[in-house]
Amino acid sequence: MASAFEYAPAPESRSVVDIAPSYGLFIDGEFTEAADGRVFKTVSPSTEEVLSEIAQAGSEDVERAVKAARRAFEKWSALPGSERAKYLFRIARIIQERSRELAVLETLDNGKPIKETRDADLPLVAAHFFYYAGWADKLDHAGFGASPKPLGVAGQVIPWNFPLLMLAWKIAPALATGNTVVLKPAETTPLTALFFADICRQAGLPRGVVNILPGYGDTGAALVGHPDVNKVAFTGSTAVGKEIARTVAGTRKKLTLELGGKGANIVFDDAPIDQAVEGIVSGIFFNQGQVCCAGSRLLIQESIQDELLDSLKRRLSTLRLGDPLDKNTDIGAINSEEQLTRITSLVEQGEAEGAERWSPACELPSAGYWFAPTLFTNVTQAHTIARDEIFGPVLSVLTFRTPDEAVAKANNSQYGLSAGIWTEKGSRILAVANKLRAGVVWSNTFNKFDPTSPFGGYKESGFGREGGRHGLEAYLDV
Amino acid sequence: MSERNNERLSVFKTYKLYVGGKFPRSESGRVYEVTDSKGKWLANAPQSSRKDARDAVVAARKAFGGWSGATAYNRGQILYRVAEMLEGRKAQFAREVADAEGLSKSRAAEQVDAAIDRWVWYAGWTDKIAQVVGGGNPVAGPYFNLSSPEPTGVVTVLAPQESSFLGLVSVLAPVIATGNTAIVVASEKAPLPALSLGEVLATSDVPGGVVNVLSGRTAEIATPLAAHQDVNAIDLAGADDVLAKELEIAAADNLKRVLRPQPVDDWSATPGTDRMTAFLETKTVWHPTGSLGASGSAY
Repeated sequence: MASAFEYAPAPESRSVVDIAPSYGLFIDGEFTEAADGRVFKTVSPSTEEVLSEIAQAGSEDVERAVKAARRAFEKWSALPGSERAKYLFRIARIIQERSRELAVLETLDNGKPIKETRDADLPLVAAHFFYYAGWADKLDHAGFGASPKPLGVAGQVIPWNFPLLMLAWKIAPALATGNTVVLKPAETTPLTALFFADICRQAGLPRGVVNILPGYGDTGAALVGHPDVNKVAFTGSTAVGKEIARTVAGTRKKLTLELGGKGANIVFDDAPIDQAVEGIVSGIFFNQGQVCCAGSRLLIQESIQDELLDSLKRRLSTLRLGDPLDKNTDIGAINSEEQLTRITSLVEQGEAEGAERWSPACELPSAGYWFAPTLFTNVTQAHTIARDEIFGPVLSVLTFRTPDEAVAKANNSQYGLSAGIWTEKGSRILAVANKLRAGVVWSNTFNKFDPTSPFGGYKESGFGREGGRHGLEAYLDV
Repeated sequence: MSERNNERLSVFKTYKLYVGGKFPRSESGRVYEVTDSKGKWLANAPQSSRKDARDAVVAARKAFGGWSGATAYNRGQILYRVAEMLEGRKAQFAREVADAEGLSKSRAAEQVDAAIDRWVWYAGWTDKIAQVVGGGNPVAGPYFNLSSPEPTGVVTVLAPQESSFLGLVSVLAPVIATGNTAIVVASEKAPLPALSLGEVLATSDVPGGVVNVLSGRTAEIATPLAAHQDVNAIDLAGADDVLAKELEIAAADNLKRVLRPQPVDDWSATPGTDRMTAFLETKTVWHPTGSLGASGSAY
């Protein structure tokens, strides 16, 4: 469908953020070079422009950072909860003050649309710190017994899809409960974590309480394997999650894992079609589908298949793909060349296995990493694209006839992170939600997040919960 | 237990496994000698094989839908029924525990009393745990948002090696109270109380397959269970450090929930909720609340 209106470019100004040509590791309150002097470049995935050169932490740096965190732990954990709370409130407020700068920075480094960083990532980041700040002096009332104790030093490894938000999910509850942290951001998106280090300085956070170590997988492995780390929290792929679980086996390290997903979005014949279409679109195209809880399997009741798919295709034709800094952009860049290659190869496999591929007419920019919104029909449960997490803007459509069949298909997955249900019938929502083996079920909505709401998976989507009262448990000796 | 008196020769019991509500021998045909603390022969217990372990997983999986779908009130009554049945067989269990652990008659009886009371304690938890660990979340938007605990699924339980009955009940009852189904690997040295418990469960309205009891070499049975792709969690209470580490590594393959062994000085101390929450998942369901505008219409 030709677009009814042309949109003039409406770019958000990048002058609000000042990116230095190079950044160090943040250890013990100071920016410092890597012990072995290694550096890596971080690029803007929408243009391939080099944004900055980043110090790459090695095992010696991990040693230094864990030592710093251990030193800081004694005082930090002994602070009255009300004082820790005030530090976290300060951080929340500074994030709010600097949210436009951080949103632009995140969009540059990650490739996601400014609309999302501005309206979703950053408000949630600030809210998360604000929420856990309030817990710091109320832990006696959290349901974990009187005076629950922190664990010690938390080693945290986060992904590139929501860089600052995942940092918030990790650091806010850790600090509120009195732990100190060493956090490794993803190699393709280290910048907002390093700006967060500066926010810690502005907030006057005692040195060593937060340490940031940019690096690759080997840095993460050194961190989670460090004998003086008491707690490991990881968000990322299921394969790496399993490796980490093996690494911590036989130790006393407490482990929480938030891993992959293959969320089923189930649409029944009585669903409000227009709302369902919006939910399907946000379910799989939010953040270019690079979301662990994406609704990447669409299960449509057979009788409304044609109507729904027509409507969905019409809607997809109106999505605007392009400059992530443009306020009108719906679909930004894929985060890295590596991820683009993975998406491309899985999509090719989908075609090779016989599923039918469709994309709206969509011009891709010549530089950067891009993938058009893609929909597969004639998908069976045996197809790779119905089983493996693609982590891209690719939706696999399957059909069902009865609620039982919908539930069976939805649960036919190694994963169990999220699911969606679209129907006007309340009793059906409750019955189906009850049967789904997934940690988050969105009914007549999708991809909603809140700091008060626990998030995490069943089965191979990992264990432990982040967010809410439940999220405290991961950082307490209970 | 093989006491002989002047009038008649006593009848020995053939101890058998308890799997899927039935009492099979090990498919391997193997048994091993169980002795009391002084080395006196008590019985030949089945020495379970990998195949027995796999059969137990099938039975436990089959029972999961019904048991996890039963009302919490119903599960509570059934657990209470276990206590009722045990109360009537106290003497038998006291004798078995005394033999197994080398305890005096009165100390053994105390252990059995405590185990019965433990069933009663967990019977009362079935319809309360969801209120204690779940609840509504005040999200910043027009959504109803509720978190509820759900059972993890099929749980392998390595019963404590030393406390053959109270320890066993203390690790088993919390697993099934919340709706999981269990495969219990009995204490290697002292499996008889666990095998007898199977007979009690079979007559307590506990559906077949909800609890499956295996005896034999702990490491031999636990290894395939820790690696089994249809087992969702494992309690390592009965594993030593070396075995526990091996099993935890194997368990990572499908990301089983792992409860590591913890030193327990006194199994009779009041347990907290930890052994229940270790095998619970949290499901959070969102729904828009809509708003009633002037017209009274939602949306």
